Amino acid sequence: MKTDTRSTSRLRHDPLVRGLGWASALLGVPQAAAPAGFARAVGVDGTSRHRSATTLVGLRELAAATGLLGRPHPAWLWGRVGGDLMDLTMLIRALRNHDGRGRGRTVAATAAVTAITATDVYAAVTRTRRSTPMELTAATTVTRPPDEVYALWKDLKRLPDFMAHLDEVRVTGPGTSHWRASAPFGTTVEWDAETTQDDPGRLLAWRSVDGADIDNSGEVRFEPAPGGRGTEIRVTLRYDLPGGALGKAAARYFGEEPHQQLDDDLRRFKQIVEIGEVVRSEGAPGGKRARGEFPQHPARPLTEDELKEALA
Amino acid sequence: MKATCWTGRNTVEVQDVPDPSILNSRDAIVEVTSTAICGSDLHLLDGYVPSMEKGDIMGHEFMGEIVEVGPGVSDKLRVGDRVVVPFPIACGACASCHAKLYSCCENTNPNAGISEKLFGHPTAGIYGYSHLTGGFAGGQAEYARVVLADANVLKIGPELTDEQVLFLSDILPTGYMGAEMCDIQKGDVVAVWGAGPVGQFAMDSARVLGAEKVIAIDKETYRLDMAAAQGYTTINFEDTDVRSALLELTGGRGPDKCIDAVGLEATHGASHVHLYDRAKQAVRSETDRPHALRQAILSCRSGGVVSVIGVYGGLIDKFPAGAWMNRSLTLRAGQCHVHRYMKPLLDLIEQGRIDPTRVITHRLPLTEAPTGYDLFKNKKDRCEKVVLTP
Repeated sequence: MKTDTRSTSRLRHDPLVRGLGWASALLGVPQAAAPAGFARAVGVDGTSRHRSATTLVGLRELAAATGLLGRPHPAWLWGRVGGDLMDLTMLIRALRNHDGRGRGRTVAATAAVTAITATDVYAAVTRTRRSTPMELTAATTVTRPPDEVYALWKDLKRLPDFMAHLDEVRVTGPGTSHWRASAPFGTTVEWDAETTQDDPGRLLAWRSVDGADIDNSGEVRFEPAPGGRGTEIRVTLRYDLPGGALGKAAARYFGEEPHQQLDDDLRRFKQIVEIGEVVRSEGAPGGKRARGEFPQHPARPLTEDELKEALA
Repeated sequence: MKATCWTGRNTVEVQDVPDPSILNSRDAIVEVTSTAICGSDLHLLDGYVPSMEKGDIMGHEFMGEIVEVGPGVSDKLRVGDRVVVPFPIACGACASCHAKLYSCCENTNPNAGISEKLFGHPTAGIYGYSHLTGGFAGGQAEYARVVLADANVLKIGPELTDEQVLFLSDILPTGYMGAEMCDIQKGDVVAVWGAGPVGQFAMDSARVLGAEKVIAIDKETYRLDMAAAQGYTTINFEDTDVRSALLELTGGRGPDKCIDAVGLEATHGASHVHLYDRAKQAVRSETDRPHALRQAILSCRSGGVVSVIGVYGGLIDKFPAGAWMNRSLTLRAGQCHVHRYMKPLLDLIEQGRIDPTRVITHRLPLTEAPTGYDLFKNKKDRCEKVVLTP
């Protein structure tokens, strides 16, 4: 599986990212070099506790500056957001325990940090929320000849029988089809696809047409397995996952690890080819619904209601 | 219906659960007439096999009468047929099944993804044997669902009793495969670690296959007595040094063939290695206690075969790779490919050459399953094998 978050080179020339990098440097130098003076400037007295806190904040700013200007990555922007929240917490505590001298300066500093926080959140979200091009591959061998396996895959309306996320595939014309799939957080995505290559018994390739919720393409190759073992099937899927790294992490949290999904889809395809249907157990009664596999139903017969739901 | 359910580490309860239903077109529902508690059920009971869920129905040795068949079941099976159900579920159509490696079936484990992570490649579904092997309900119940029934069950005529054929579901073929993997030659001396039911059947099978001398190794005197009554030599590892005794019995050569019928919860006399394994298990850096396996490898004669039918679940430490490699040992193992052996073993039973009933010491109603587990696990009342009747 290959993944690629927003590239470093593009972030390096992003004016907002560079601006935040320089802002970190400009704040970090005086904080680290003259912590007492800086603390007084924001209206906090120069006790040793405040001085050392200011020094640490300065070092953090310098680290962020180095990261954003040297090897920019959205993680540094999120790091800045975390730092901002720490600063705000400290400033609010300072305001609460204030002795009155320089309170105006502290209020001004708090307002400034709030504005910076908003900018950082904006930068982090917009620079992270890019789609992630992803390529998945998986392979399996089935004990049937390539022509037969190809014919089963070519029957697109049967794809949802083994592809856990597909709700429906409708053939809309020669070489075109409409796909509907479930996505994390109970959402649905739809797209129209066209067949780009069709070599009977050997290869099927397709891609989504313009206007798809998720741009995607894929191909499946069928080759005779050595020693008369049947057919080797190799699938490649490419798609732009919305939400980038964050979306992917969230999906994984909900049990949607994409590579595992594809492996499981192929396992179910193999079951359909070799034994005619997807095997259900009491623990995984939905058979094909990968998301329903965990947590498992206990390995005991289902109640009538559970049975209706599983067979629906 | 009533069923024996795992309710947590070291507890099973007989509970009321829904009756099984047809989930796949080739399913059959069997009214269970006899079922048994297996040594590997104890690994589930003790919590050493991961992925058990509270409420799982136990039991993978069962037989009964078909009361319902799914629409896809072939004409080979009908309602009213009397059948023994092998514990691994085979599809009969994948490459592993074509190679008669039924317990490695590629299609019958809906949780293959988990199994693959632990074992590298997935293994077959097994009834009542954790979610790692598919999450199938077990057969220690009044009724059981049999998956891909026409590819799995063995039909039994009315001439033989349940007790004569029930163990075709697991322990008899397992013991037999342990001996068969040894490639026994005329005159061979075969040592068997573990004189539980599977070990007893491995000994019987070794003799049927031509072994000249069979040696039983255990610490339970009643189990050794049971082996001795069949004419086998015995070693009690609690009061005897096993390797020295084996050398003594084999003129210094060591046994030609060794069978590990113990598996992951081995106990033994030498306390420091045992302590080491228990400590590693406690911090989960070792899942199994391979004492019997280590001893079998170290005791086997050079060029001999070590055959493993005891259940191992995960990772072992201090594996004697040096002995294995330098002394040209062959290591063979496998969860039993039951389907391969059912018919030939049925023939041996019919000819009276193997008597499976000899290991049964306790017969209880299904409702007393927890008592059965207690007797068997704690080796109370000279318990060797418990058969439950729903």
